[in-house]
Amino acid sequence: MSSDTVAIKIDNVSKKFTLQYHRTLKQVAVAAAKGHKVRDTFLALDDVSFEVKQGEAIGLMGLNGSGKSTLLKLVQGVMRPDSGTVRTRGRIAGLIATGAGFHPQLSGRENIYLNAAVFGMSEAETRRKLDSIIDFADIGKHIDSEVGHYSSGMGARLGFAIAIHVDSDIFLADEVLAVGDKPFRQKCMAKIDEIRTSGRTLFYVSHSAASVARMCDRVIVLENGRMGFDGEPEAGIKYLHYDDGDDDPGNDESAMGADI
Amino acid sequence: MTPDYASLPLVDPAGESGLVAVARKRYLLRLLVGRELNARYSGSFLGLLWSYFNPLTQLFIYWFVMGKVMGLGHRTEHFAIHVFVGLIGVHFFNETFNASTRSIVRNKAFVKKMALPLEMFPVSSVVVSLFNSAPAVLILSVVCLFAGWTPDWVGMASFLLAVAIMITVATGFGLIFSVANVLFRDIGQLVGILTNFVRFSVPMMYPFSKIAENFPNHIDTYLANPLANVILLMQRAFWVGTTSDPETVLHEDFPHHLMEHGLIALATGLVILVIGQVVFSQLVNKVPERV
Ligand SMILES: Nc1ncnc2c1ncn2[C@@H]1O[C@H](COP(=O)(O)OP(=O)(O)OP(=O)(O)O)[C@@H](O)[C@H]1O
Ligand SMILES: [Mg+2]
Repeated sequence: MSSDTVAIKIDNVSKKFTLQYHRTLKQVAVAAAKGHKVRDTFLALDDVSFEVKQGEAIGLMGLNGSGKSTLLKLVQGVMRPDSGTVRTRGRIAGLIATGAGFHPQLSGRENIYLNAAVFGMSEAETRRKLDSIIDFADIGKHIDSEVGHYSSGMGARLGFAIAIHVDSDIFLADEVLAVGDKPFRQKCMAKIDEIRTSGRTLFYVSHSAASVARMCDRVIVLENGRMGFDGEPEAGIKYLHYDDGDDDPGNDESAMGADI
Repeated sequence: MTPDYASLPLVDPAGESGLVAVARKRYLLRLLVGRELNARYSGSFLGLLWSYFNPLTQLFIYWFVMGKVMGLGHRTEHFAIHVFVGLIGVHFFNETFNASTRSIVRNKAFVKKMALPLEMFPVSSVVVSLFNSAPAVLILSVVCLFAGWTPDWVGMASFLLAVAIMITVATGFGLIFSVANVLFRDIGQLVGILTNFVRFSVPMMYPFSKIAENFPNHIDTYLANPLANVILLMQRAFWVGTTSDPETVLHEDFPHHLMEHGLIALATGLVILVIGQVVFSQLVNKVPERV
């Protein structure tokens, strides 16, 4: 499905995080006086470069803490790299690490408007799609209660429902389905398939080899913030040794749902 | 999917930032402001009525305690109005300062996951405070009308100038302290202490003539504070018109060249605003990961 148009261009991107050991001025002063370390930095992303063509479905894999969510946050524009450049084409929508950017004290409905506005939807567009979003999230009367009281699955349902209703060109999905129940996961998989076949660019983060093999036509593996592998899905999964363990969900449809 | 996708430019996904970007995303700003106002009034029994009740009781307390009990009102005509005018300005500034300082931290769920110009949060605090001050200004106008005030053009201009100074100063401080509060959580406490000084640094509980009388050599220092100018301009707009001899009051209780001082204060406010934006832009990159 991919064309020649570049959708995402990542050049020598590094992202450094500061580990802050002390938070208040007093703690910082005391630690500094005692000669303790006040902060430490490490590279969550280290000189990462690659290009994604329009319509490609990228599976982003790697162990916990390897920098996948960080990379997606750079692509979404939530964070900026410390060095290197990130360039994207068109509208971006998606869900990064379980739980969307919701305001816990607001109702689900109010959060729909806010979230949609950040994704660039106008008031009229949101109003037009409101019923469809609520329908897809399917969380019943909770839509009018505080999001802070939602179960994690309910939050993910609403976040995903909003994200798929954005007319985006690039869709980011970071373990969005990890907390959804089975019927919802199936609904989501169908939706992601639809996104894929419509020529939109997909960035899919998952620890499930089976779902990546099914959904993606290219796999990128991050290892401690560095690019470890970039190529065919099968080879990438093999590279990560996600293909051998006997507790792996395997390839059958029902088990695959277990940890999409 | 956007038709004609290939013709779209490759851009930085973080998009544009700064106050300019906020001005361009007015719909989002409106949502944030509306949400704040709703949260404040919708859950309560009397709703919006509270925002009238609160300033009214304050007006009464100042009139009674300071005017009648402490007898501070002898020299200053309509002392309660004099205090109330100051109170509105001081309250606006303190409320904005506190709210905008916490604005980014309070919205951290949002800040961590969503790409938007973060100036949005301190700016929306300022707008919310403007709305919250409207009832008090309305009450003030009604009280002044009863006290014999007739609105005049110079007064109106003074008031608008006061509002403009206030907005620039409050936004500038809001920008600086909202990011600072993310990086150092002590800032919130510091702001609480700073706001205690504000009410004494403006002609509210004393007339300006006291400063001229007791510190004749430091009038310029006093007037370097943009907030002192804001309150003076507001006194010019409302209180002066309620006194029996406005000419004398204008001469005694105001600095000469009030408007010029006001314009200088506005320039100071703009400088604070520019500094605020520069500091904000310098520090904002670390905010989403630290908040
Ligand atoms: N705001 C932050 N401040 C400091 N360190 C951070 C921050 N966010 C992430 N990190 C660190 O950066 C590294 C990469 O984190 P990231 O969330 O990108 O991992 P991931 O690949 O998504 O992992 P997972 O599979 O568990 O989701 C981790 O070591 C994490 O602790
Ligand atoms: Mg992650």
